[in-house]
Amino acid sequence: MPTFFSTDILFFLLLLGLAGLIFHMSRREHLRRPWRKVARSPSAMVSLVILLVFLGIAVLDSIRFHPAENGGGNGGARYRSEPVTLLDAWLGPIRARVEKTYSAPLSAYSYAKEMIRQPDGGEVWDYPRLKYGGAHLADPARERPGDVVRIGAQGLGEGLLAWLVPVTAWLAWLGWQERSGFAARFGSIVRGESDVPWRTIGLTLLIICLAGGMVGELGPKYHVLGTDKVGEDVFYQSLKSVRTGLLIGTLTTFATLPLALVFGILAGYFRGWVDDGIQYLYTTLNSVPGVLLIAAAMLVMQSYMARHENEFASLALRADFRLLALCLILGLTSWTGLCRLLRAETLKLRELEYVQAAKALGVREGMILLRHILPNLFHLVLISVALDFSSLVLAEAVLSYINIGVDPTMESWGNMINSARLEMARDPVVWWSLAAAFLFMFALVLPANLFADAVRDAFDPRRGE
Amino acid sequence: MIGYLLRRLLYAFPLLLGINVLTFILFFVVNTPDDMARMHLGQKHVTPESVEKWKRERGYDLPLFWNAKAGGTEKVTGTIFYQKSLGLFLFRFGRSDDGRDIGADIGQRMWPSLAIAVPSLLVGLLVDISVALLLVFFRLTYLEFWGVALCVAAMSVSTLFYIIGGQYLVGKLLQLTPISGYDTGLNAWRFVALPVLIGIVAGVGSGARWYRTLFLEEVEKDYVRTARAKGLPEPRVLFAHVLRNALIPILTGVVVVLPLLFTGSLITESFFAIPGLGSYTIDAINQQDFAIVRSMVFLGSVLYILGLLLTDISYTLVDPRVRLG
Repeated sequence: MPTFFSTDILFFLLLLGLAGLIFHMSRREHLRRPWRKVARSPSAMVSLVILLVFLGIAVLDSIRFHPAENGGGNGGARYRSEPVTLLDAWLGPIRARVEKTYSAPLSAYSYAKEMIRQPDGGEVWDYPRLKYGGAHLADPARERPGDVVRIGAQGLGEGLLAWLVPVTAWLAWLGWQERSGFAARFGSIVRGESDVPWRTIGLTLLIICLAGGMVGELGPKYHVLGTDKVGEDVFYQSLKSVRTGLLIGTLTTFATLPLALVFGILAGYFRGWVDDGIQYLYTTLNSVPGVLLIAAAMLVMQSYMARHENEFASLALRADFRLLALCLILGLTSWTGLCRLLRAETLKLRELEYVQAAKALGVREGMILLRHILPNLFHLVLISVALDFSSLVLAEAVLSYINIGVDPTMESWGNMINSARLEMARDPVVWWSLAAAFLFMFALVLPANLFADAVRDAFDPRRGE
Repeated sequence: MIGYLLRRLLYAFPLLLGINVLTFILFFVVNTPDDMARMHLGQKHVTPESVEKWKRERGYDLPLFWNAKAGGTEKVTGTIFYQKSLGLFLFRFGRSDDGRDIGADIGQRMWPSLAIAVPSLLVGLLVDISVALLLVFFRLTYLEFWGVALCVAAMSVSTLFYIIGGQYLVGKLLQLTPISGYDTGLNAWRFVALPVLIGIVAGVGSGARWYRTLFLEEVEKDYVRTARAKGLPEPRVLFAHVLRNALIPILTGVVVVLPLLFTGSLITESFFAIPGLGSYTIDAINQQDFAIVRSMVFLGSVLYILGLLLTDISYTLVDPRVRLG
């Protein structure tokens, strides 16, 4: 029985809009040309592949359903009240294996010593074996390194296979398409001389497949990135956090774009008192330091939620509402920059001949704005959305640290960092939670930055061909 | 010039009023004093009497905008808006929800904030600009490519990583400085060194990249070609001519943040347990002390507007072509 949270619905709406946009752009030559430039950049294409993998994880994590209750014997299907996502179901073996407390990555022993009851009745003070991690080993100290290498190698092999099948299929399709020129085409791809850097894309996919295969094999037997304080698998948490990070980076546009577009265009086109009013509005908002405005809005939101506690049926719904509110608040505080850009550009556009001509021909003003102004602001919007994405993902971690970010019960990199940072004082250091969160954030933000740079270079008319 | 400044100052008034109304709406209308009281006294099991008492002790038991019960000017002055919000214009911050004088707290806490923020800004600026100029100096070489790549990588790392990593490496492993804390007087430098260092390292990626684009725009211009044509060595062209001419955009970025140094960096101060205004604000947010948050929002806005004004004035100092009026 599928169910949807509000952020899921908005996320899919956004993806739908994105698909529509891609369709729209693919039919217009002047929009295709900059994209071709992006496609020729190896760094941008590598980034795109990685971003698409993250997007895939987020989509899997946004399709929820109530799983059927086991042993609900009497005929009618019964469903559990807490919904799980496809990702949860897929990672089921990793999710359910909760240990007692910390354990190091790939370890078979717990992090903390405790009294262990011996079979002969005595007790020793030692590191207990983990309930799940490496549980299949008889003597971890001796067998573990060999076992990890063996399983890892098996995973690598499976990853290679998972990569080879589609690549071969694609090459075969390519060969069937252009029978005669195939050898030359294949050669140029292998030498890295093709127009679109297919070789680089293929290598990126290979690395992702290998890593995925390895983790996929090791994951059910060990804790690849260790476990956290309450024994949850850190790798699972990191994967779950992908959706939170991506949503914060993307859903914010729902608040930013309408405000920036409407106000920017109106101020630039009508000038006069409309312009004054809108300028006053965004200067006022801009004057308040961003973090403080977000903090203030989140405080108010928190007390609203405290008052309406009964309206949230479950903790998950509550966390979801808070995530949505956070996105909207981030959007409300960050539309001013784009609005100013759009206003300046509209001021320039309205004096151009074709707009003047449209006016002289008696085209209605709404039509001028929609047909003649809006499409020509497109590149600014695209660049700005792409550039903002990474800073929003990074901001989430900082906001969660001040407790004004996402709900503490929601998996996010900020929450992982926040709960793990005090553990740096322990000896030996519990570094894996922090390392995992930072690594995943870096893996998302770096490609996002590189891709945004490529998009800006391609779409900004001031940067020549 | 004087006339221009006066006009700008007058223009700041409606802005501040707007901010005032905005924070007022956020903190008193959307979120009524009753909610605040309940939040502090606990959500459940709270009697109306204790709510009233809490409100009376902190002066929240008045109407929002119009006091119909009072007479004369009291109708306006006997309201929350007049007493709590307009007072901010005179920097009367009032008392925090646990009864401390906010104005005195701010006066005391701004010094540690400044001790961290000023060196971070100045040394950081120096480092950023030097790195950017070096990147421009080596342009179209592998050194530039990898330098820029490194910058992009550095700006993709979370600030929290720099802070936690720096504390661990310098404070715990090498034991060069204390991990966190603060001391009065000159002894403070031992506590200041690490946050400043981390602030610089965390900022160098995006900073150097930003200044590099500024300088790149500048080196295309004719005067640079002339300077080269007359045989000036490249370092001199860059460090004397280009740097001077790029001052305007550099100033735009720097002068705006100057006044905001008072309010400090929220994250850094809180991580290093520095008793500055940043950690003050964070504590207030965590304890949901709206009086402090409201004061800090207002103070921050005033300083930001001041920064914008300073930017305009600084233009006339570095570029004689700019005339205000």
